Amino acid sequence: MAWNPGDDVIAVQRAPQPGGAGGLYRAFGETLRGLKTTFARIPEGTTTFQYPEEKVPVYPRFRGRHRLHRFPDTGLEKCVGCSLCAAACPADCIRVVAAENTPENRVSAGERYAAVYEINLSRCIFCGYCEVACPFDAITMGHDYEMSDYHRPDLIFTKEMLMAEPFERTPLRAEGE
Amino acid sequence: MSDVLVLADVTYVEPWWMQILKSIVIFLVGLQILPMMIVAERKALGRLQNRYGPNRVGPYGMLQPMADIVKFATKEQFRPRTAIGWLFALAPVISILTAVAAFAIVPFGDTVDIFGTRTGLYGIDVSIGPLYLFAFGAVAFYGIMLGGWASGSKYSFLGSMRAAAQLISYEVAQGLALVGVLMTAQTLSLVGIVHAQEGMWYFIPQFVGFIIFVVAGFAETNRPPFDLVEADAELVQGYMTEYGGTRMVAYLFAEYLNVLVVSLIITTVYLGGWLLPFGIDPPTWVDPFVVLFKTFLIIFFFFWIRATLPRLRYDQLMSLGWKVLLPLATVNTLVTAIVVVALD
Repeated sequence: MAWNPGDDVIAVQRAPQPGGAGGLYRAFGETLRGLKTTFARIPEGTTTFQYPEEKVPVYPRFRGRHRLHRFPDTGLEKCVGCSLCAAACPADCIRVVAAENTPENRVSAGERYAAVYEINLSRCIFCGYCEVACPFDAITMGHDYEMSDYHRPDLIFTKEMLMAEPFERTPLRAEGE
Repeated sequence: MSDVLVLADVTYVEPWWMQILKSIVIFLVGLQILPMMIVAERKALGRLQNRYGPNRVGPYGMLQPMADIVKFATKEQFRPRTAIGWLFALAPVISILTAVAAFAIVPFGDTVDIFGTRTGLYGIDVSIGPLYLFAFGAVAFYGIMLGGWASGSKYSFLGSMRAAAQLISYEVAQGLALVGVLMTAQTLSLVGIVHAQEGMWYFIPQFVGFIIFVVAGFAETNRPPFDLVEADAELVQGYMTEYGGTRMVAYLFAEYLNVLVVSLIITTVYLGGWLLPFGIDPPTWVDPFVVLFKTFLIIFFFFWIRATLPRLRYDQLMSLGWKVLLPLATVNTLVTAIVVVALD
């Protein structure tokens, strides 16, 4: 015995058949309705941003260009050159060369410091794993996303560039916005 | 109603210098409207989609066409190895030539006295106006056909084949729609048609014909929703696929010029040309501005439709042309004929 759907049947709403005088009339009417719909967009005004002048504010957790940090009180670098970020990086874009701290030349709070710290931003995929891997919160993802350049070598950011206070080029979304 | 067919007003002869002057002025004005149309279309489309159009080059983006032209003119002139060289070069020329030629008979106003000579504000008032138009409309498709064929590319070829089929489907309906007007006006001169509309513009008594003419005009100019000649989703760019640089600009200009001409013809034939409603009768020098204003309304309608309707499928286009527009146009012609005879 064939299965009987019973009361579960839902009648499908179908449009009237096309063709004929009625179809022609409906097509005309629907065209006018479409014209009304598109024309109603004009008084609404535009919803686009004029990008270089107006920027969309980014969220606090937006993952932009990286930043390296110092301790605010002592001024020492947080990075101890452990290379965990380089190990975590799936795009393999971080290069760290560590060196020993000496009493005369104390750069970081730990035993060692990063003598070379480079991020190749043309390879970076902005996944944020480096930020997660870092045991000292030395590297975080900033909010800057305007990083285009004319030459590939210019996209390799050195420690000084990552340490430097970034230009406030990107507006940040306020709390609750 | 008069018993004889009213021919064009040939009771005066314009001096040769006036004819040359007129041609230059009409040509200049016509070709100056084109860049305005292009920028207006892009801005209107933007506003219809909640965005700005081009607004970077010049004040309000008004110099965008200049930037486009400079870009296209500096492109390399190339052609595919399989192309037929001289036809490939000739095809855009045919397209733009026929588009410009149709401009000649559009009346912008009545006759006025300029420098003591009686001058019509139109290129020439021929007594076979619509036939001239349809003739050049048909020749214009040689530009598209030859361009697609001479390219030696399958996309171009398919595009031009579609263009040929579309022309045949829609020119019949367009011609029949115009027959209603010609019977009502009892003249083939476009100036005469405008004069016959004093009292009532033809889009009221000939409303069905007006709709058919506008729809067929969209198909005739390959504008959306009938732009499947250059349907970029399936045919890359149709007949224009292998063209680049200034030759493609020639094709684009021909397309926009066709839009302008069709709008001018709709204005002349159905919207009363330079006539104004409610008995307003401004001096003759205002006439061209009235014509251009009405034309811009029609052109805006072209943009508006482009923002609204999606492209038709090919079989839908064919069935609309042959199963809807052609019977409607025939019935319209018959009814008009009966009414004209009954009222005579």
